[in-house]
This record gives sequence, C-alpha cells and structure tokens, in this order.
Amino acid sequence: MSATLAIETRNLGRIYKLRGSRKETRKELIALQDVNLTVERGELFGLLGPNGAGKTTLIKVLTTLLSPTSGWARVAGADVTTEPHLVRPKINMVSGGESSGYGLLTVRENLWMFSQFYGVPSKEANERIEALLEMVGMKDRMHTKSSDLSTGLRQKMNIVRGFLTDPEVLFLDEPTLGLDVGASRDVRKFIIEWLKADKTRTLLLTTHYMVEADELCDRVAIINKGRVLACDTPSALKQRLQKDALFEIQTSPLNGLNQQILLDQPEVTKAAISETETGAKLSLGLVEESALARVINLFTQKDVKVMSLSKRESTLEDVFVDLVGRSMAEEESSETAQRNAR
Amino acid sequence: MAAWLGWLIESNWTDPFLFAVYSIVKPISGAAILVIMYGIITQGNYDSALFPYIYLGNAFYIYVGAVMTGVSWAVVDDREHYKTLKYMYIAPIHIPLYLLGRGVARFITGSIAVFITIAAGILFLNVKINFAEVDWLLFIVTLIVGVVMLALLGLLLAGITLTVARHEGFIGEATAGALYIFSGAVFPLDVLPEWLRPIGYFMPTTYWLELLRRSLVGNVAQAFPTLANFSNVEILGVMLGLSVFFGVVSVYVFRWCDARARELGLIDRTTNY
Repeated sequence: MSATLAIETRNLGRIYKLRGSRKETRKELIALQDVNLTVERGELFGLLGPNGAGKTTLIKVLTTLLSPTSGWARVAGADVTTEPHLVRPKINMVSGGESSGYGLLTVRENLWMFSQFYGVPSKEANERIEALLEMVGMKDRMHTKSSDLSTGLRQKMNIVRGFLTDPEVLFLDEPTLGLDVGASRDVRKFIIEWLKADKTRTLLLTTHYMVEADELCDRVAIINKGRVLACDTPSALKQRLQKDALFEIQTSPLNGLNQQILLDQPEVTKAAISETETGAKLSLGLVEESALARVINLFTQKDVKVMSLSKRESTLEDVFVDLVGRSMAEEESSETAQRNAR
Repeated sequence: MAAWLGWLIESNWTDPFLFAVYSIVKPISGAAILVIMYGIITQGNYDSALFPYIYLGNAFYIYVGAVMTGVSWAVVDDREHYKTLKYMYIAPIHIPLYLLGRGVARFITGSIAVFITIAAGILFLNVKINFAEVDWLLFIVTLIVGVVMLALLGLLLAGITLTVARHEGFIGEATAGALYIFSGAVFPLDVLPEWLRPIGYFMPTTYWLELLRRSLVGNVAQAFPTLANFSNVEILGVMLGLSVFFGVVSVYVFRWCDARARELGLIDRTTNY
C-alpha cells in the first residue's frame, strides 16, 4: 500500500446470511461486491448512494466493526481484518441519525471520557472540547446532561466526539441525517475547516444527499446494490453527461405516459419521473436541445399539459440516473419493496 | 475510566436519597424472604447450623449476580441502550478490560448489599459471627480470588452475549440462577441427586462460598458433609485451580466470540427489545 493512501480496498465483499423462519432456507444478501477503492491522504472522499446501497456496510468494514467475506481493506496502512489494533488508534467514526451517548453524563463528560480512551491528555482534551463545542455552537450546553439535549444537539455532540481525537482518517456516516438546514450547513462548514487545518487529515463521508456530496467532496464514488458504479471528482462525473441537454418539466397527470415510453424515444437519453400532487415532475436528458419539440409533441398526443419547463446543468442525481437507470428515490423505494418481500 | 462510567450509571439513575434507600432495602428484602421461608419450613429453628449456612451463602451469592452479570450486562447496556458499543470497539482500548472495569461498579454496589445483609443478619436475625474467631486472612484471600474468578466468568458471559443479538439479557440471569442451585449457596450439594452433584464440584463458586463460610463461622460450615474431608488449604487450592481454568477458558471464549460477532455484524446490532 502506498504511503499516500489512507484507504485501499481490493475486491472487497460482504454477504449477510439472513435468518428467516425455521422452515425457510437461509437467504443471502450481498451488501458489498468487488469494491475497489483508493483514497489519498488529505482527501475528502464521498460515498454516494441510496439507502441500502452498502455505504454503511463499507464503513463498518473499514472501521473494523465488521469482517469482510471476501477481499481485503487497509486503513492508515493496516489491514482492518488482521490488524484492527493498528487501525483503531488512527480512526474515528460518527454515525448520523442516531442519539448515542450516555444520557447520565454531561456533554463535557461524554466527550472527555471518549478522549481518554484515545489517550488525549486531560487538559488538552478539555481545551479541545471547549473549542469544538464553540465551533458547533454548543459551548453553552457543555454542562448539560446529554439526556436533556434535543436529537439534533446530541448528534452535534457525537460529531464533536468524532473530531475530538483528531484522527488520521475520520468516517462520517450520513452526518447531517436528521439535522435541520442550519445545523447541516454548520456541520458542512466545520468539516471543510477541519480538513483545511491539516492537509494530512482524511475524511470519508457517506451521504445520500447529492448536494452535500457535490459541495464537499474532492472525489465521489457512486454506489448501488453493493457495487461501486463510478468514482471520480464531482465535476468529472457530471461532465460525462454534458453531451446531453437536461430539462426539468412539471406536467399534469401523465395519462399512461411512463418512463419506458419516454426512453423508447430515440431523442431521450434519460428519464426520471416522480409523482406530484398536481401531476408529475420529469427529469429528462435529450440528445440535443432541439429534440425538446418532439417530446412536447408526445405530451400533446397523450393530452399531458406542460405546467413549467426549465433547462438545467447536470447534477450528481443525473449521473446516478445515467448509471442506474432510475433516480435515487425510485431506487430506494424499490429496495424497500424488495426487502419487505424477503 | 470504565469503572467511573459504570459507577455513574449504577448510582445516578435516581437521586442520592432514593439510591441509598434502594441500596439498603433491596438486599434486606431479599434476605428477609429467605429467612421467612426458612422460619416456616423449620418452624423457627434458627439455632440450626443450616441457618447461618443459608444466610451467609445467600448474602455472598449477591456477588455472583452483581460481578458476573455486571461485566456481561455492559455489552447489552452499551449496545442496546446507549448505542455506544461500536464507538468503544473502534477506540484503541482493550475491550475485555473495559468490560471488567464496567463490572467494578457492580462490585461496589454488591459489596454494600453484602455488608448490609450480613449486618442485618447479625443485628436482627440472630446470625452468630464471633469476630474474634474470624479467619480474616482466609476471608480476604478468598474474597479477592472469588471476585476475580467471577469477573472472568462475567467476561465469558460477555463474549456469549456479544454473539447473541436477541434475548441476550437473560443469559446472565440464567447462568446466575443455575449457579445458585449448583454452588451450594442455600443448601449443601448433598441435597442434590447424586448424578447432579459433579456439576457443583466443577464450579469454583462452590469452593468459594464454602471457604467464605468457614472463614466467618468455622465449624458451622464444616458441619455439612459435602466438603468436610477437605482442609481450608485444599479447598483454596481447588478453587484457585478451577479459577485459573475458567479464567483461561473465559479469555479464549471471549476472543472467539469477539471474532464471531465481527463476522456476523453483531457489534452494533440493536433489536429495540
């Protein structure tokens, strides 16, 4: 493994054996399949994918919580399966959307305790706690029992816990999940500042918020059904689609017009449809701008009224649609339906 | 650090007054139930050697539940309740030591309960202990070895608890309950059918309780035939041997379970039970 690499995985796989009832045979769920990734030191690397794509499983493997069933992974130069004791002093992790922590302890006590597990001298730990709580706007809650905090503040406390030990590699699993807009913005700002302060720090972030990945990450890996579909800088990923003209169209109910019919049109390269209260919202990719007239003509034939239409730049959502064939929201609902059927 | 955390969790769940009342009332209530049952069955024969046997066995058995399940319960508590086990796991700490540290708090609260139970027995229930005749050296050595042995058994249970995502809370209770029967805590092993007695002979807790009784009330403990032919030193030797054996087994079982839990993805599994 190169000294400049913070994370490296080779053919990494993870299969869960699912327990059904006694009569049923055991089913297998492929959570990760042949994942090959390299993350340079100093990089802010994003894993983007819908719920159930395998992002959290990958983080669990990389943080030594879960053994892979195939392949290998190295973090900060050590193998996560055979040398977890070498990996752990160099990493930390924060999972968003959960309110972990000891409710009987104050915010300071919770944070101080974890700092001691990492051998941070007590005085230095207290200084860091004060500074970090100040940065996330929680200094006034330092002596509040964590059970008395709101969910959002508890999550912020957990985020501080992750940064407190100044890890070489920090894993943030959906750090802004469940936070309000303002708090999410604060967290994103804090992440950028933390990385700027030391160029050797590495951060791996999972998210299913496209904007978050676009705004923060140096490189993004798009992951779905346990496979990495693409990995590049956000701008390079979007450039793949620049040949297409992208349109957002609000319409009346579609009257039988569906994604397949749209994709069957030679001029349509991508189509994602989401239902709205008044009709539908379509995200279309066309071979060229002039092809729009023919699509509108198709709407007219089906008696679909166009309420609004706008041309836009490509986003990571478009990249996802391009790679998977449907939007992240559609993929999530399909995954949920499949899981319920199991 | 783990002991400090454990103590805060054990002692801070209510206000100090209620905690003090609970710490006194719980062990006395437990002992009172046993004393009343004993009184009814023996028609009030509190002078029998069986009474201090039962009373002291029951009092010291508090340690078994407290220390052993104190260590293993930390897994359930951190995984299910506080959702911090995964963060402990990725920290550069020695997890077995952390779990043992969490058990220290239960050892302290258990010690208070044992002290209160014995004090109540002496003051109000005619349990006769002549402090001038107590073998303090034997008592202290036995107590220390026994608590270490219980903590290591707790580690074994913690390992099993790690690999069980459901019903894990019952493992500690079930084990403590089984040991209650087979360790001669409230009745001599001779009462058990002959084919069940070897289980008791294989348990270090049997020798531990016997030595504690002998150190405190001497002859009364030796009045029962189970281990009457063995000297204190012999029993201490057997207890040490079995403690080392179970200690080594515990460490290996924990390591295996730890690896298994990582294979199965159980370190951070919550069941919302």
